[in-house]
Amino acid sequence: MTTTFEAGQALPTQTFRVTRADLVRYAGASGDFNPIHWSDRVAGSVGLPGVIAHGMFTMALAARALDSWAGGTGRVRELGCKFTKPVVVPDDDEGVTVTVDGTVKAVTDEGVQVALEVTCGGEKVLGQPKAVLRG
Amino acid sequence: MAVDPSLAGRTFPPTEPYEVSREKILEFARATGSVYDGEAAPATFPIVVAFSAMTALMEDPDVGISLHRVVHGEQRFTYTRPVVAGDRLSATLTVDSLRQIGGADIIGTRSELTDADGTHVCTAFATLVHRGEDA
Repeated sequence: MTTTFEAGQALPTQTFRVTRADLVRYAGASGDFNPIHWSDRVAGSVGLPGVIAHGMFTMALAARALDSWAGGTGRVRELGCKFTKPVVVPDDDEGVTVTVDGTVKAVTDEGVQVALEVTCGGEKVLGQPKAVLRG
Repeated sequence: MAVDPSLAGRTFPPTEPYEVSREKILEFARATGSVYDGEAAPATFPIVVAFSAMTALMEDPDVGISLHRVVHGEQRFTYTRPVVAGDRLSATLTVDSLRQIGGADIIGTRSELTDADGTHVCTAFATLVHRGEDA
């Protein structure tokens, strides 16, 4: 499937539910076993309100949204963000919802520039997330 | 203890080659809810390889980083091509920048991921924030 992009286009909102089980699975898959991502005790001891998602997990959700918009995998040419606010994931079955929005900023020979907005509970959790997709 | 000021500009030896298996990509894709169709790995998958280069930097006793004081501040990837199963990837990390802000060391790193024949696959830029003793 090929998707056509044009500057100014708002891309469909993507929402992802994140639970503690997802963080455990991500820790194993990525090799990042920092206990702030699975232990309330350790998270609390370093001043966090609770267990937080790996920043790279949240970034992976942004990449997932990009794949969805691009209509396939392997189209990302550049992807970057700052980790500005932690995503706190409670120890319950509901977890939290991360929302990814995107706007096409420009379409050039270099590719499709996308400005992202990644939020949780109405607050931005990634700073200046942006990507370039292959045109 | 502050980070060794001569760190800026230093390049570390390449990491041992990482053999990317179909199963590992599938595990990572499942953990992030991403699609894996047997071709391109998810866009953030290269962090698995870059992470080992960053760990080597953080665990180097001469560098002076205390692991529990490190926060991932920023991450960016640029891709020549997507990672695929069968790749043998090696990461070479360079400390691009080092500055102090409010008692924290801001360490800008760049890990070049190359395939077995030395061709470039992806560059992972990570900013590591090393908080000072009182921060």
